[in-house]
Amino acid sequence: MTAGLPFNIPFLAVVALISIGLFIILTQRNLIKLVMGIVIMESGVNLFLVSLGYRTGGIVPIFTHAPEGVMVLPVPQALTLTSIVIGVATTALMLSLIMLTYRHTGDIDAEKSRRLKG
Amino acid sequence: MDSLVTHSSILAIAIPLLAAFIVPLVSKVGDKARNTVVIGALALAEFLVIILARDIYLNGLHVYTLGAAATDLTIPEHYMVPVRIILEVDAMSVFMGIITTTISLAGAIYSISFMKEETGGDRFYTLLLLLAVGMLGLVFTGDMFNFFVFLEILSISGAALAAFRTRFGDATEGGFKYIVISAVGALVVLFAVGILYSQYNLLSIAALAQAIQYTALDKIALALLVVALAMKLASVPLHMWAPDTYSVAPAGTTPMIYVASQACLYGLFRVLFSLYGVSLDTLTIGWVVIILGVLSMFVGVTMAVHQSDIKRLMAYHAISQSGYMLLGIGVGLAVLADPQALASYGREAISGGIFHIINNALYKGLLFLTAEALFFALGTRDLNKMGGMFRNMKYTAIFFIIGALAISGVPPFNGFTSKLMIYESVYNFSPVLAVIAMLVSILTLASFTKAFQSAFTGPALPQHDNVREVPKPMLIGMGILAVAIVFFSLFPSLVVDTIVTPATDALIDQAGYIGAVMGGA
Amino acid sequence: MSKIVRTMSNILIPLVFIFGLYIILHGHISPGGGFQGGAVFASGVAMIIVAFGSASVQKRLKEHHLSVLESAGALIFIGLAFSGLATIFFFNFLAGSAVFGNIPPSGSNPGDLWTGGVIPLMNIGVGLKVLGGLSAILLVMALASSGIEVEE
Repeated sequence: MTAGLPFNIPFLAVVALISIGLFIILTQRNLIKLVMGIVIMESGVNLFLVSLGYRTGGIVPIFTHAPEGVMVLPVPQALTLTSIVIGVATTALMLSLIMLTYRHTGDIDAEKSRRLKG
Repeated sequence: MDSLVTHSSILAIAIPLLAAFIVPLVSKVGDKARNTVVIGALALAEFLVIILARDIYLNGLHVYTLGAAATDLTIPEHYMVPVRIILEVDAMSVFMGIITTTISLAGAIYSISFMKEETGGDRFYTLLLLLAVGMLGLVFTGDMFNFFVFLEILSISGAALAAFRTRFGDATEGGFKYIVISAVGALVVLFAVGILYSQYNLLSIAALAQAIQYTALDKIALALLVVALAMKLASVPLHMWAPDTYSVAPAGTTPMIYVASQACLYGLFRVLFSLYGVSLDTLTIGWVVIILGVLSMFVGVTMAVHQSDIKRLMAYHAISQSGYMLLGIGVGLAVLADPQALASYGREAISGGIFHIINNALYKGLLFLTAEALFFALGTRDLNKMGGMFRNMKYTAIFFIIGALAISGVPPFNGFTSKLMIYESVYNFSPVLAVIAMLVSILTLASFTKAFQSAFTGPALPQHDNVREVPKPMLIGMGILAVAIVFFSLFPSLVVDTIVTPATDALIDQAGYIGAVMGGA
Repeated sequence: MSKIVRTMSNILIPLVFIFGLYIILHGHISPGGGFQGGAVFASGVAMIIVAFGSASVQKRLKEHHLSVLESAGALIFIGLAFSGLATIFFFNFLAGSAVFGNIPPSGSNPGDLWTGGVIPLMNIGVGLKVLGGLSAILLVMALASSGIEVEE
């Protein structure tokens, strides 16, 4: 993966995804786009966790009597799976709350549907 | 009985979790059966935490390895590092565990009469039990990724509870703000855990504490963890979600959501004291924590003074009180590397901060419950529309007086004791901070005097003529907390010697924390 | 939706469901497991809802039954978890007992059916919970966005 390239492509992708996600969360006013920004940031963090475990030239960690060589670490894969499940639950909750907000105020703009101030 | 004590840490988490999923099936039978299951599960969890606490004060740290041949076999043969999920309970963890189960039990009893009028009762109790599970798991765990998972469990259940009364528009808004902030904060925690894992290939807190060197990546992970946990515990300048969320949560669950952010405070201290310990530059980080504390105290109370919504006023006071804890423990952290200063006033500062956590949970919980009782009886949260309730709601007024005097630090209540410990020790560190703390205390008293006058004294408004006292379960819930406050006020040195001083020693003693898991290796 | 969509989804639905259940049951030896299989199953339910409309799905598949399925999955999982607490409440009765036979030796052992221990059973528990939960979420959201009230 890093052969021939002076930099690590997966970690560059992680940086790009997290910064795009953070930019969306900070600047967008439409609530659905805010949730999309959180999902993108979550994908970035999951990609970071998975690509931590990679060892160059490693083989798949599913053998019991493995051939010689380095195996890719399986622990970050389990951590990423847990994180994806948590992300699904959080996204479902956020989208349900947006639907209820739309029913109450008729608007999904963050500035116009605010009622609690001060 | 011995094996019950050995397994008590995992049973205290597993029994409410089992009850949370039995509740939808039991509620087909009837409401009384469902209430019995909920209260029974929480009472059993409290009993288990108390016997675990007794065992820890007698015998020291308690380590539980999940899925091993024996529960204290943390490192199996031919291994160098722990490989299973380990629950590590020391005196500080069980201190937070006692607070969590007490407030959950009081909140659940309080919610019984509230839920008679609402539908969807089984989902409410499932979420309440899951919130209790999340908090207990967070304070008992000894593993960083497990910490992240329980943090997310308590965020999701807390947000769903805050938005429970969906017929009010502002409830959904409060819950939405809470879940967005929590999701972003938890992602940052996961990123920091990933950075630590990439360097040392370890997830257990004790193993990481032994292996950590303070490299540049570790500094980045520390900064991310401190910011994310400060966002979760509503310290200024990251506090914007707290007034909205605390004011719209339904009865009995506001103290629980508040104790959930105190559990994140515990998580911050666990990271600073036990994970990094003396390897970090304690003076700088200590000052960062002190500045967060002073800002929270000051901004919290100044925003509270002119509020007209009673629950929002209580929420701003909650932010201000958590500033006291950050101040006390920040001073202790700043002098951690200096043994002479630590012995003379650092230890007392940390004790004051820890004692303030339990005092604050009790009287802030009581005040939230009285505010919700006023809302239940009068149907409004606006102080301008209340007046003269002392004649109709005597018990609620008495509980409000107890809570207000305790929070303002008036002797002989317990707030005075913990604030005195903080003032004395912080004065030795830097006199300006102690003066600011006393000023904030005076402003707190002023704000609560105004609130009491608006709600309880003065002429009664005509639309509130036939308001009666709130139902019995609510009074019992408030009564439990009031009795605890009075007990803590009458015997402060008993409480400090039994519960607080072991917690202080456990927090400072990083070597003991590591040694219990790594086996002296 | 039009007749073409409904006919094609009639053909594809059993295949998607079987594929989802296959992923759940084979979770211990191939990539997959409880959550992944449950999510594939729920995507099949999403196809039904889109093709036939949420009102007609609600007549046959009540959201209330999906809640019961979800609770049952959670109780299977937690019940199996309690069986790992040795000595006082439950023994770890699955290892070395009549249900699983002897503990199989490690390494390649073709012909032994129960080589995964409790993992396949926990996968089934998690799979039931996820498919019940995600299908309930999809059904309730579809009903709410078309304006129909969901009874408690």
